Amino acid sequence: MPATMTATGGSAGPPSGDGAVAGTGEVLLGVRNLSIHYPIAIGTVRAVTDLSLDVYRGEVLGVVGESGCGKSTLGLSILNLQKSPGRIVSGEILVNGHDILALGPEDIRAVRGPKIGMIFQNPLTSLDPLMSIKDHFIETMRAHDPKIRKGQIIARAEAMLEDLGIEKRRLSEYPFQLSGGMRQRIMIGLTLILDPELLLADEPTTALDVIVEAGFTELLAKLKRKYNLTVVLVSHNLGLVAEIADRIAVMYAGRIVELATALEIFQDPRHPYTRGLMDCVPNILLDRKELVAMPGSPPDLVNESPCCPFAPRCPKVFARCLAETPRLLADAAPAGAAPAAAASAPAASAAAPRAVACFLHERTN
Amino acid sequence: MKRILNYLIARILLTIPMLFILLTLVFVVLRVMPGDPVSSMLGGHAPQAVIDAKREALGLNKPIFFQYLDYLGQLARLDLGESMNFKEKVSTPILQKLPATIELTLAGIIVALGIGIPLGVRSARLRRTWQDSVIRFFANITYCIPVYWMGLMFQMLFGVFLNLFPIAGRVGTRVDSSEFDRTGFYIIDTLLKGNFTAFGDVMYHLVLPAVTLGLTLSGVFIRMTRANMLDSLKSDFVLATRARGVAENRVVYTHALKNALIPVVTMLGLEFAALLAGAILTETTFSWPGMGRLLLERIYNRDYPVIQGIIIFYALFVSVVSLLVDIIYAVIDPRVKL
Repeated sequence: MPATMTATGGSAGPPSGDGAVAGTGEVLLGVRNLSIHYPIAIGTVRAVTDLSLDVYRGEVLGVVGESGCGKSTLGLSILNLQKSPGRIVSGEILVNGHDILALGPEDIRAVRGPKIGMIFQNPLTSLDPLMSIKDHFIETMRAHDPKIRKGQIIARAEAMLEDLGIEKRRLSEYPFQLSGGMRQRIMIGLTLILDPELLLADEPTTALDVIVEAGFTELLAKLKRKYNLTVVLVSHNLGLVAEIADRIAVMYAGRIVELATALEIFQDPRHPYTRGLMDCVPNILLDRKELVAMPGSPPDLVNESPCCPFAPRCPKVFARCLAETPRLLADAAPAGAAPAAAASAPAASAAAPRAVACFLHERTN
Repeated sequence: MKRILNYLIARILLTIPMLFILLTLVFVVLRVMPGDPVSSMLGGHAPQAVIDAKREALGLNKPIFFQYLDYLGQLARLDLGESMNFKEKVSTPILQKLPATIELTLAGIIVALGIGIPLGVRSARLRRTWQDSVIRFFANITYCIPVYWMGLMFQMLFGVFLNLFPIAGRVGTRVDSSEFDRTGFYIIDTLLKGNFTAFGDVMYHLVLPAVTLGLTLSGVFIRMTRANMLDSLKSDFVLATRARGVAENRVVYTHALKNALIPVVTMLGLEFAALLAGAILTETTFSWPGMGRLLLERIYNRDYPVIQGIIIFYALFVSVVSLLVDIIYAVIDPRVKL
């Protein structure tokens, strides 16, 4: 079969044959056959190619991959905010079963914030420097409820700041008066004050130092419990993802190459790319002198070739890999590691079988 | 409050050395220039004795350094001296013409910003469309056309061919000059007296000169607004605000535009001097009885004290505006402290 895999029937409804997972729990966010292209001078960058993914209510899903693998584009497209000139060329994004890509500009506003909240890569520049923190809260809440009283907003913002461990006098300050960690927490507060069902975090700790990052992880875990959140965490930081994710989707060249519980990914990576990523994580317990790096670089997303995108870098490449692109196929039944995974992950997503896009495993299945 | 007061005092004190340097330059350049007030007054064929007597009376026979000291001494007493060509104090014609210049330049700024900012925003939002190209072309053209040529063309087109607007003066002959005896600002005077016919006539006369002056500067503001708007539309906080579901118009005008305007405000302070230079030419083109025309007239006469006096007023005008710009800057940007 050629590289395109959109051949499966009705794109709405439950995941079809090539869908990543088939769980029993409630699917909060469903991405269906999503393709995002950036037209540029020398051609078209295929940032995301025919990607399908389900996020179950209550889970933390980590999306990991190298720079340029399309993970941030995927994150932004969930709110239909992909950067210009990026365009969603096909696919659906279902929130509680409704395709948000079909919504007009006014209707999608009701999704951005109250349904799906997003925190961004760079907390230092994600607040308007000319606006006080208080006005950020007022604007955010008024955007969704124009009649809400100012006193009510301030009371809620003060309670939120307390949750985040920031003194409430900071409300009247401006972003430049706050530290990076505080600005990050304010960003989270601005997102959570709308009580979203899903929190999208796009590289939330990239701009922060490790101490603040550790605090962030703890805070996120606490807030997740308190606000009953479902979290999609986009990151290239495997350590961060390992700490809080229930399931992990590994992306490569705009596709998901492996999807499994965090435990399975770390203990038994199946895709050669996942395995390579794990080998790159420095381990102070092993007596290694040098850091391990994966040979080669991510593929050219402009010139499409029929082969598996990872084939040029893959240590286990064989003839078939050069002829066609493997599809993301789920195991027939939950993997053997399920009992161990069930302890950490909610029942719904633990029941979802692991999936991998590699011919090595297609043969064994 | 005390800090702001201290800041204002410091700024005002700083204008004194600036004026001193400027005046020294003007004083020297004027006297290096060929010709002097005496020859321009008496013509080329006056007897030498008459010329000498006149030079003596005006103090022009003294060494230039002493003339300079005399002038500074005069200034220290806040006295601008007397005109060399006419029997009047220097301040008389200047104060008489100053309101006309202020009215014209402020109207010019309003036109420049009123055209520059909306077109710049539109151009940025419609980036790489035909509208963007048209606006950018328009910006380049208005920037390139000399202000006096544009004034002449407007006079011909709107005044002569279309007969839409008056092409000279501040007000029509049917309005009595006693209407303007309060402040000298025709707009304010007519409003104070409640004479709306006269007010309309004043505004009607203001249109062409203000548009001419404003248009030449609008190009700079279009390009500045467009460039800064493109930057701020791409900024993280704009994306984050959109992601919280804030309406697009609010994102563009409250967040992106407000941040884009900070460099534009800076530019406004810098461009103000260029605007005054343009105003001198515009006043001449439109027979606008302002300081610019007075300056030109007195340069022909080599009326040194009046020229120096006008320069002082222009310099004060520029420093007042740049002070205002700095205050505006501190008001919109909380990171800036006066």
